[in-house]
Formats: sequence, C-alpha cells, structure tokens
Amino acid sequence: MTDHARAVSERQFYLPSSGFWANLRLIGLAVGVIAAAVSGLLAAGNARQFYYSWLVAFLFFLSVGLGSLFFVLIHHATKAGWGVVVRRLAEYTAACLPVLLLLFVPIYLGRAELYHWTDAQAVAHDHVLSNKAAYLNVGAFVVRALVYFALWSFLALLFLRLSRRQDATADEGLSRQMIRWSGPAILIFALTLTFASFDWIMSLEPHWYSTMFGVYFFAGSVVACFAFLCLLTVTLQQAGCLRDVLTLEHFHDLGKLLFAFTVFWAYIAFSQFFLIWYANLPEETAFFFQRTEGSWLAATRLLVVGHFVVPFFFLMPRSIKRRRPLLLLGASWMLLMHWLDLYWLVMPNLHPEGVRLSLLDLTCFLAVGGLFLAVLGALLRSGALVPIKDPRLVESLEFENF
Amino acid sequence: MALVDLMVPKLPDTEVYGALARFPTTRALYRACERVRDAGYTRWDAHTPFPVHGLEKAMGLPSSKLGWVVLVTGLGGAGLGFLLQTWVHTEAYPLVISGKPLFAWPAFVPVTFELGVLGAALGAVIGMLALNKLPMYYHPLFRSKAFERVTDDAFFISIEAWDPKFDLEQTVALLRSCGADEVELIPGEAAAVASASDQAQGRPA
Repeated sequence: MTDHARAVSERQFYLPSSGFWANLRLIGLAVGVIAAAVSGLLAAGNARQFYYSWLVAFLFFLSVGLGSLFFVLIHHATKAGWGVVVRRLAEYTAACLPVLLLLFVPIYLGRAELYHWTDAQAVAHDHVLSNKAAYLNVGAFVVRALVYFALWSFLALLFLRLSRRQDATADEGLSRQMIRWSGPAILIFALTLTFASFDWIMSLEPHWYSTMFGVYFFAGSVVACFAFLCLLTVTLQQAGCLRDVLTLEHFHDLGKLLFAFTVFWAYIAFSQFFLIWYANLPEETAFFFQRTEGSWLAATRLLVVGHFVVPFFFLMPRSIKRRRPLLLLGASWMLLMHWLDLYWLVMPNLHPEGVRLSLLDLTCFLAVGGLFLAVLGALLRSGALVPIKDPRLVESLEFENF
Repeated sequence: MALVDLMVPKLPDTEVYGALARFPTTRALYRACERVRDAGYTRWDAHTPFPVHGLEKAMGLPSSKLGWVVLVTGLGGAGLGFLLQTWVHTEAYPLVISGKPLFAWPAFVPVTFELGVLGAALGAVIGMLALNKLPMYYHPLFRSKAFERVTDDAFFISIEAWDPKFDLEQTVALLRSCGADEVELIPGEAAAVASASDQAQGRPA
C-alpha cells in the first residue's frame, strides 16, 4: 500500500547524452563490421564452419527479438499493468527484427552447405526427401523467409509505432487498439515462429521431424527474451536510467517469468525426448543418438543441468530475484545456456564426431550481435525508455508483489 | 480429548489476555500497525475482514517459512515417486514393457513430477494450516462482543498481555493515540472462568 505516487524525474526516462549507451549504435556497428570482416577472412578457409556458426549467432539474436515480440503481444493480450515500465524496452528489442533479414543473407548464400535438401541430385535418389520437396525447396524456403520477416517486421513496428504515438498524444484509444491487435498477432506469431524453426533448424537434418519443435524453439526464445530484458534493465540502471522507475518489484517479476519459462523449456524438452524415446522409431531417434555420441553427450548433460537443474534451484528463492547482481548472474547464465541450446541443435550436423568450438563461433556471434545491438542502440536513443503516457504507467510504477 | 487440546491455544493463565483496539479503516489500521511495530511489540496481531495488502510490512512480519515446507515436501514427493516406481519395476513386478529396460527412468519422470506436485500442494495446504495454528476452535478474543465485527466492517489490533513491552496503561494509551475508535481489555483465562461461573450461579459479573 503506497500512499504517495513516487516522484520520478523525467530525465530517467531517457538515455544519458553521453557514455556507453548513447554510443551503443556506433560501438555495436564498429564491433559488428570488424567481426563480420574477420569472419569473412576466416570463412575463406572454412566456408562450412562459417555458415553454421553464422546460423547459430543469427538464431540467438532472432530468438531474443522474437521472445521480445511475444512479451509485447502477451502484455497487451492480458492487459498487464505491472510491466508497462519494461514494455518499451521489449518493443525496441522486437523492432530490431527487420535488420535480421539482412543478416539472413549469409544463410541464403550458404544454403547448399547448410541444408542437404537443396541438393537436387540427392533429393532425386531419396524417397523421403523427394516427398518433402513440395515444402523443402529453395523457392518456397525463400518466399517463406520473406513472409516471416514481413510479418514480424510489420507487427514489431506496428506496436512500437502505436506505443510511441501515445507518448505524443496520450490517447487512451491507442491502448485499446494495441489490445485488439494483440490477439490475431499472437496467432500470426505462433505460426510464423513454428515454421521458421522448421525451416531454419529442423531441416538441417531433413529426414528428422518433431511436431513439438516449434514450441521448443519458442520456449528457448522466451527464456532468452526475459534473460536479455533482465540484463538490459540492470545495466541501464547502472548507467543512471530508470533508477526510480524500475523497482525490485519489477525485477522480481522478470525473475519469476525467467524461472517459469526455464521450467517450461525443460518440460517441452523432456516431452520431446520422452515421446521419441518411447516410440523408438529409427527416423526420430537419430536426432538423440547423434547428440549422445562422443563429446556431444557431455554437451547434452550440460544442457540438462545448466539449462534446467541449476537455474531451477538458483532462480527459485525470492531473495535471488530481488537482488539485482544475483538476478544479473542468473540472466547471463541463461543467455549462455540458450546459446548452448542453439549450438546443440545446429552443430551436430556439422561436427557429428563431437563438439568442435571454432573461432568463427565467436566472431560470427560478435558480428550478428554487434549489428543487432547497433540497431537497438539507435532505437533506445530515439525516444523514451518507457511508454510515458500509457494509462497504466502509474499502476506499473506503484506495482508491488504480495 | 488430545485432538481438541491441539485446537485450543495454550496461553499463560493471566488476569488479562490482552488489549483489543478497533479501527475504522484499513488506512488507520495500517498506520497503527506501523506504530505498534515501531514501539517494539512482538506478541500481537492484526485482524481484518479481508486481506489487506502490505499489512505484513506494516506489521514487520518476517517472510513465511511455508516455502521451505513446500520445497521439502515437493522434493520428498518426487523422490518417493521415483523410488516407488524403481522398486515396483525392478523388484516387485519386473515386467519388460515395450522392449524397455526394467529401470527405464524416462518413463518414471511423469509420475515423479506429478507426485512432486502432489507433495508440494499437500505441504502447502497442511503447512499453511499448521503455521497458522488452524483449525483453532476457540480464542480468547471471542470474549469480546465488539470483535464480532471482524468478519464484517471493522479492523482490529490485539496485543497480548505477556508481550515483554505490555503495560496496561501505556499499551492502551498507545492504541488510543493511534486513532482507535475503542480499546478494551480482554479478560484472561482465570478471570473468564470465574465470570462464567458467576453468571451460571446468577450473580452479577
């Protein structure tokens, strides 16, 4: 029960005019361009490794963007009050999705190295693949990718634009408009994310299939989004922004959602494994046999322990979620584990003999991440860090957990 | 008899059980709780017709130990479920099912999970009742006529007489200064029994 609305100085709603955050767009751009150039040089000797490493990095930042889009949509669909103060940061992160179309180009160029089904001769001699050719062909692959990006960009920019228009006009009707859009948007989101994960990850091994795969990628994406939002908010506060805006109550809720989706990921991951293990069909079990051979077994075990067991107990206590440094530690760990998850999905197709970390894994990550964060940096500078005229802003500022 | 004893609070046998103050609004109650907390009282409670958010902070209550109870019973339920299945499938009724090994741990996970949830849920409900000392069929505060309004439209603070800080005059004065509409002293066990037997024999209380 708070008797007085907290006094918050308007300056905290905006990035400082100098320092790391103000220059994030330039720092990100520099890191991205240099890392991309280094990756290009390294790729000269090892194109296959480059394409696979790029795919992992691309998927990592794609999932952060998609998870953020989901948070914005679900926030409106549930008419949530508590999270108004973090919603704008998710809107900005989601609005980075269009730039990923540009970063998708190397995947298109590397399709022959990445996707076995692009080999027409192999497909002609393969009964399963020739039957799947109506879906798995380069033309349809490109059209679908363009459709996904068009829809994601449309949704991300639509919600950002409506929300920012409210900053200027304080029109409550815009809130209702965003709520109306959120329902159909979630449907579009679910379908595009599912098929994108089929196209870009599952079809790396075109004989294998799992109908749960879309949900698996979704669960990981939302984990990544909440971990990223924790990271973003804690570091922004260290720079002096949002200091009196985001309280421990908001961090507590972000932590709860991070915990919940970590458990959800484990639930989906186990369900996928369980059904395949029980049915024991050779075309399905190959996926797990590949990931329990050689050093991949260690990676699989690390994923189970690091992506579920450890964070399950670490993120459970209230006292951890309400301490910024510990929450930051948990969030950073979950981002690392999410990267491992994607690496574990993609890389066994390139290195079936075992885990083979490459310098390209790092440089591609920096290249994609640098460019992604450059766009995010530019967006963060472009306006307020919270929806300053949202009708529920006061409710969110005064929010308390009971 | 033993079970009934459990459901009646065990209290020191004093002349006065404690002081009971009635407040008109949640806000007044909230402020009063802060004052009583800051005055250093430890054996006291607030009574409201509905949950008042944030009152636990105003009262300075430590966070509940229920979470630990739930953790233990949840993990206990899960462990028990896993061990039960292991015993059933490898010792008691070793049957080969679907070509799987006898100790097919992935198949045990759903039941392990469900028993973990069951253990946690039972631990939460039973632990909550135990920590609240419920069910409690009788309480000295029921001797107050005014206290009946606690399920209707009034908010109360009661301070027990064996609180180290308790002092008849000062405690009543504190409660009055907090804006209580009414402060009364609740008779203790001995006084209440005497008064009841007086009434039964037709003497004025």
